[in-house]
Amino acid sequence: MKVHEYQAKEILRRYGVATPQGHVTDSPEEARQITKDLGGKSVVKAQIHAGGRGKGGGVKLAKTPDEAFEHAQKIIGMQLVTHQTGPEGRKVKKVLVEAAADIAQELYLGITLDRAIGKPVLMASKFGGMEIEEVAHKDPTAILKEPFDAIAGLQPFQARKVAYALGLTGETHKKAVPFLLALAKAYVETDCSLAEINPLMITGQGDVVALDAKMNFDDNALFRHLDIKEYRDLDEEDPLEVEASKFNLNYIKLDGNVGCMVNGAGLAMSTMDIIQYAGGSPANFLDVGGGANEEQVRNAMRIILSDPNVKGVLINIFGGIMRCDIIASGVVKAVKEIGCTIPVVVRLEGTNVEEGKQILRDSGLAVIPADGMKDAAEKIIAAVAKGGN
Amino acid sequence: MASWLSTDTKVLVQGLTGREGKFHALAGRDYGTQVVAGVTPGKGGTDVEGIPVFNTVHEAVEKTGANASLLFVPPPAAADGIMEAADAGVALVIAITEGIPVNDMIRVKAFLADRPNVRLVGPNCPGVIRPSAKVKLGIMPARIHRPGKVGIVSRSGTLTYEAVGQTTALGLGQSTCIGIGGDPVNGTNFIDCLEMFRDDPETEAIIMIGEIGGSAEEEAAEWIAANLKKPVASFIAGRTAPPGRRMGHAGAIISGGKGTATEKVAALRAAGVLVADSPALIGETLVKAIKG
Repeated sequence: MKVHEYQAKEILRRYGVATPQGHVTDSPEEARQITKDLGGKSVVKAQIHAGGRGKGGGVKLAKTPDEAFEHAQKIIGMQLVTHQTGPEGRKVKKVLVEAAADIAQELYLGITLDRAIGKPVLMASKFGGMEIEEVAHKDPTAILKEPFDAIAGLQPFQARKVAYALGLTGETHKKAVPFLLALAKAYVETDCSLAEINPLMITGQGDVVALDAKMNFDDNALFRHLDIKEYRDLDEEDPLEVEASKFNLNYIKLDGNVGCMVNGAGLAMSTMDIIQYAGGSPANFLDVGGGANEEQVRNAMRIILSDPNVKGVLINIFGGIMRCDIIASGVVKAVKEIGCTIPVVVRLEGTNVEEGKQILRDSGLAVIPADGMKDAAEKIIAAVAKGGN
Repeated sequence: MASWLSTDTKVLVQGLTGREGKFHALAGRDYGTQVVAGVTPGKGGTDVEGIPVFNTVHEAVEKTGANASLLFVPPPAAADGIMEAADAGVALVIAITEGIPVNDMIRVKAFLADRPNVRLVGPNCPGVIRPSAKVKLGIMPARIHRPGKVGIVSRSGTLTYEAVGQTTALGLGQSTCIGIGGDPVNGTNFIDCLEMFRDDPETEAIIMIGEIGGSAEEEAAEWIAANLKKPVASFIAGRTAPPGRRMGHAGAIISGGKGTATEKVAALRAAGVLVADSPALIGETLVKAIKG
């Protein structure tokens, strides 16, 4: 799960990570007042779950409270387009108004899981403000990596080592060490999958401050962080994906026109792959899961069909836990309810396959049966090309 | 070293009294597996269709001589269940549970580091099956398997069934099939399985099914090039997956431009592995690999 910058900073402050002074608001008037309280200057930052906000015009420096009002008025409600939002952009609901900083230096800090060793790794670079992938691409040696033990936590010697490697000395070094330790503690204790401070600011006075902050959380651990779960912003997610999540369906919207319903993540990905291999384009990823019931299958079908791009549906089930008869009756109910007019190809294999096929035959629906994945993919693409049943 | 399963495998089921635990324990027993015990704290002294239930894994091991565990414990308590099994000296722990927090798995790995004799398979996996010994520790549909010569290892459940179905249809059958699971931090990795297949006399050819995310396939490719003579065919799921999105499996995500299918396919091909372009061609690709 992702959170907004202002929420990430709230969490980090609880762990002692220094951030600029500021407040979040949805009102230009309040942005003016906050700026006054901050001494007359501020930075007004759009709060959306995407990077590249500055380049898109979502981050503005205000030299006076009135300017803060004007910036906030422009930014709140705007459809902010960045390289991460897609061309439609994302609507800005709130701005974070922060004290304008006296930036002497911008660095990069990030913590994520190093899957190869199964440990969190602290990454640091002198190239703050740039995307770390870009830095890694240009010069991998510019990124320092310090893996640490999640149980013991990041140790002071490791924090000192990283701070020295970043070229920090004297009082700044002394401030960087507790900053790093606090960040690592926050990462582990809140079950983060990513905690990124980019840029990390060194001020003219030598203070160490998180100018920006990004935190992603392990969805599987949210059950023990109900406060963080509250931060979920459904407006930042695709409406169909939100709808699917209500029924515990793993759905990801894509750009193609062949809707897919599959059991199991690997098979669902492969189904997308084989559709493309056969010359088509998948409209979504959808894993109905191992033990889906009829209700879930019915809703899965409804969600797939509510995507206006979908011109045909491929159902690919290899039942292990999942019983084919359950899939079949869920599909039949959904199709009857919605009155689906586009072609549906069904490939059933595994547990209770005969019962499932019988239910489809008895339904009287124009469902096209398929043998194997290849046959299924070819049939749905042919049917879509024909443009109907 | 041969397959991790044999006719001597005696399995206890953690979470036997739950719906899935019961269903798959009984399916395993019907297949021919010795299911000797169940463990559910608070339900010790009861039984499920004649399988005795104990409060602790230690007690179950002591009373029944169980040497493997099949775990269906819900995610918040699953890590604890794995560590309990390991502490009780169960040599093979197969964790089916999906949705265990990454930090819990990091703790489990540290706990297992002191217990080198314990093998954890999973979590978030379909389990392990050896058709020739009639041993099934997992949730896979038994009837699609045939005793044979192909060792299959995969990060995905249902995609494994696809490969099993194809090798059965081609008359090759399977030696041992292992699902290592779709999580970013897991117990057994590809290389552990490939090493077992190399030394397993029953295994003559290997199918390795990977997916986007992480670098386990690249590491396996390197190992194959240096250590494996048996023919290997592979398939990598997720060529069409968009970056930055978690494709169902917690570990199936392309992040920072890393973990793409293209990189993995290239690494495997460089190691001499035949990679199928379509999931429907996994079996045929293996036949080509066997013919050389």
